[in-house]
Parts: sequence; C-alpha cells; structure tokens
Amino acid sequence: MSLRLAGATYRYAGAGRPALVAVDLEVAAGAVVGVVGANESGKTTLCLVAAGLAPATIGGELTGTVEVDELHTSRQRPHELAQRCGVLFQNPSTQLSGTTGSVWEEIGFGPRNLGLSVEETVHRVDEAMRVVGIAALAERDPARLSGGQAQLVALASVLAMHPRYLILDEPTSQLDPGGTELVGDALADLAQRTGAGVLLVEHKTDLLDRVADRVVVLDAGRIVERGEARSLLGDARLPGWGVDPPARARLERAADAAGVELPEAVA
Amino acid sequence: MSPAPGMVLPDEAARELGARGGVALATNELGFTYPEGTEALRGVSLEIGAGDLVAIVGQNGSGKSTLVRHFNGLLRATRGSVSVGGEPVDRQHVADLAARVGIVFQNPDRQIFSSRVQAEVAFGARNAGLAGDDVEGRVHACLRLVGLEEQARTNPYDLGYSRRKLLATASVLAMGTPGLVLDEPTTGQDLRGVRLIRALIDLLHEMGRTVIAISHDMRFVAEVFPRVIVMQGGRVVLDGPPETVFAEASWPTLASTYLRPPLAATLGARLGLGSTPTEDRLIGALAQRPPGTSPGEDGSPPPGG
Repeated sequence: MSLRLAGATYRYAGAGRPALVAVDLEVAAGAVVGVVGANESGKTTLCLVAAGLAPATIGGELTGTVEVDELHTSRQRPHELAQRCGVLFQNPSTQLSGTTGSVWEEIGFGPRNLGLSVEETVHRVDEAMRVVGIAALAERDPARLSGGQAQLVALASVLAMHPRYLILDEPTSQLDPGGTELVGDALADLAQRTGAGVLLVEHKTDLLDRVADRVVVLDAGRIVERGEARSLLGDARLPGWGVDPPARARLERAADAAGVELPEAVA
Repeated sequence: MSPAPGMVLPDEAARELGARGGVALATNELGFTYPEGTEALRGVSLEIGAGDLVAIVGQNGSGKSTLVRHFNGLLRATRGSVSVGGEPVDRQHVADLAARVGIVFQNPDRQIFSSRVQAEVAFGARNAGLAGDDVEGRVHACLRLVGLEEQARTNPYDLGYSRRKLLATASVLAMGTPGLVLDEPTTGQDLRGVRLIRALIDLLHEMGRTVIAISHDMRFVAEVFPRVIVMQGGRVVLDGPPETVFAEASWPTLASTYLRPPLAATLGARLGLGSTPTEDRLIGALAQRPPGTSPGEDGSPPPGG
C-alpha cells in the first residue's frame, strides 16, 4: 500500500513551463517521507499533485500517474479522495471552515460531513485535539486564534478524518519549538501505530532529522536527490539547493573547518 | 554569517529608505483583554530604546503579537500604558503612530491587496508622503532588499507564500518608519530568504532604526539579536542578552514556555564550556580548550554514534 507518483509532470493552467517534472516518489504506508528544497522549487505543487487536487480542482495539465493504494487519483471522486489523503496547506487561515463557533466544532466539521455517528465524531475530535496538544482550546473561537494555534487546529481537523495518507505543507511553520517537537513526534507515532503514510514538506531540517525515514530534495521542479533521512540531511550539497542543514550537521562541518573535535555525538 | 553575494549596498539603500534613526517604545504594566474575554497581556513593563534590536520569543498564544500591536495603535491597552517616542499613545492619532512603527504581520495575506507587486510597495511609499520619482526609487530599493526586483510586475498571488511574506516586508519597509516590527520574519523562508532577512535587519540596525522581531527560530534569535525578551502567559519572564536567556540557568523557564535553547547552547553547557548560544561561540570555545580535556576521552566517536 502506498501513495505513488510515477513520471509525474504538472503544468499550472496558463503557465509556460511545468512546475513539477518527471517526479517519481513513493510514500509507503507507515513511512514518513520528508521534502526539502528552496522556495519555488515545487514543494507546494508536489503536495497539490500528490493529493489529487491538481489538476482535479485547480486545472492545469498532469502527465504520468498518481496513485493512492493503486487507484488513480484522477478516477476517484473528491470526497473519496479526501478520506484517503488529508492535506494541510501552508496557511492555516485558508483551511479553517469559517463556519463554526468553536475549535471543537471546527475539528468535528469534517467527521460530521462523513456522516459518522456522534460517538465516533466525539471520539475522533477529542483524540485529534489531544494528539496535537490543544485540548485547552476546545471552546475558543477559531477566528480568534494565534497563528500557531490556528495551524494546530487545522492539523487536528485533518487528523480527525483518519486519512490513510497525510500530505503536510510546512505544518509547523508557525509553531513554537515545543509545539514543533510535539507535532513531529505525533506524526512519527501516527505513522508507526496506524500505518499512515506521511509526506512532510519542511524547512525545519532539524524536525526531519528527528522524524523522517527518507528525504527527497526538490530543485526547479525535479527531485535531484533522495535517500535515507539522516545521511541525506548531512549531505554537504544541501545549502547549494537552498536548504539549511540541521544544526548537528552544521556543527559537525563548522568543527571540521575549525579543526576542532566535537567530543560527543552531536544529536 | 556573510550575506549572500551582490545583495545589499547599505549606503545606497539607506539613501532610498528614508531617514536614519529610531523610536523609543515603552509599556508600563500593560494589560490587554480581548472583547471575548481572553486575557492576552497581564502586566508587561518594558523599555526599548531608539535604535535597539530586540527579539520577542515565547510559546504560541503567549501574547507576543498582541503586545506589538500596541506600538502602532492597532490595539489600545485595557490596563496600564504604552508610549511611543516618549509620548503616551492615547495622545497620538493612529495615523501618526502608523508613521512611527510599521508592523509586518505573520500572515502576509492579511496585508496584501494590490494586483501588482510594485503597486503594493508603492502604496506604502505614498503613505509616507513620497511622490513621483521618489516613490519609484523607494519601491525599487525595497524590492531589491527582499530579492523581488525581478517580480515587480507580477501579481502578488502568483508568488508563493514565502515570497508574499517578503513582499509584505517590502511594503512596510517602504513607509520608512523609524520603528519596524517583524512578526515571524523567517517563517517559511529558505536559506536565501533567511539571509535576505538577516541582511535587511543588519542594514536597518546600522541606520539606527528600532527593530523588533517575533520569532520561534532560536538560532536566528541567538545570532542576530543582542536582547531577547521571553514571554509566557501574557507576561515577560526573561529579558536579557542571548548569553543569559539561553544559559543553562534559564532552561527551565524556557521549557515552561515551550522553547528550546539552540543546540549550540545545550552542547556548550554539556561540555562545560559555559554559555555558547551560537554555533560560532561553541566552535570558538572548543578551539580554545586546552588539549586533552575532551570528555570524548580518546576523541573516538562514542559507540552507537
């Protein structure tokens, strides 16, 4: 079981050049796959294509195949796809429904639309809030949250749908370091415990170093390197691709350059 | 860190960016409660001098964004007082406050409204009283500083999120305010974007502007800001240089507000090197250690890596 892109090339409607070129990528059930790359390298486009939203809802032209559990995304109806692939966009305020009066209702919005029982909805909402550490926000107005809180609510809303695959575009960008760790650990745990596959776009390479199994590097719409997370995140070429290495890799390199030894394993 | 090549020409940019000099900001027992009852600030007393460079950190919802919105009149204290430029804000018109302190919000989409990048930035410049060629000069300078000069004719919504954030920064910069607040400036930025932001902050600091940044990026904070204010639950719990705020004695307080010291600080303390909030400081301290003091004994990597 996996989310799989094969030779996927995608061009936005009206664009001259494709934003994504010949991408082969597999997110196996239970795996966390990190995506790094400079801004405008195609990370967000990759999320849209992997989730089946491009071209289905935003137009454009896709060649190659995108399959979720061996089903072509282009042959699935949007509501079916939504249950298989949960997507979190970069800007949480574009994701919240704007129709609910409390955080609890907001997170319950998706499950209720699936026609789940009240008991199941309650269970899922409570669980999702606990997993991302926002139980205390249950009664708050979703329109009056801080940026980081809104991001956690949006993530909980996606988790409450119990998707088989999670496609997350910088899910921790507005979170404090503690919240970032919490989300990272929750995603790793979710993958391990429930077999969910996670595609995780992040500038925070320290987070990927902690939770990703594999990492791919995007540059100008192409995957230019891929590998096991820890070794790839230590690759000296990362800055050349516009990617800041994790702290331990930077320190190892700086220590080498200064001719000093880091006496302990850094991480 | 050295700035990216060919990026900033401080003197030239300074000519285009308006006057040098900053603005003093102060709060006294500032409290703020949102209309629906959330008490976001619970007595904040701070003094920030003209030309100071200050980072504000703290967990999500600790009151950072609420605090800075008092500096340009977007919010009015429900308790205590705020002064800008030595005068209480309740005696100043919102338009005057807006000319003294510019805020770049966390979410650029709450700020951008034009259909062309250059028009977006020109709006700020015109608001600052510029006209004709002066507007063009400032727009050009501001776009160059954030690396968007080639996108001048683009629709802002054809830019990715991170570039829209840089555009929002340029638009506020164009107002030439002596005080500037950057709310999460490095969020979503790649290596180049972070370098642009750092170079921009250095430049504004050289110009004597008051610069405040809210950030969750502790490495950025430790490397760029001589003063770090830590907030928790609407109060200031730490206020000092990175050497103090990220020193081992502060870790419990940091942890209580969901912050983590930079890795360099943690390692420095573990190795008995004192407070080393930045990677440069850590490497420097390691280089100065007398030989034979390595806790790694014979220098071989520990088992299990």
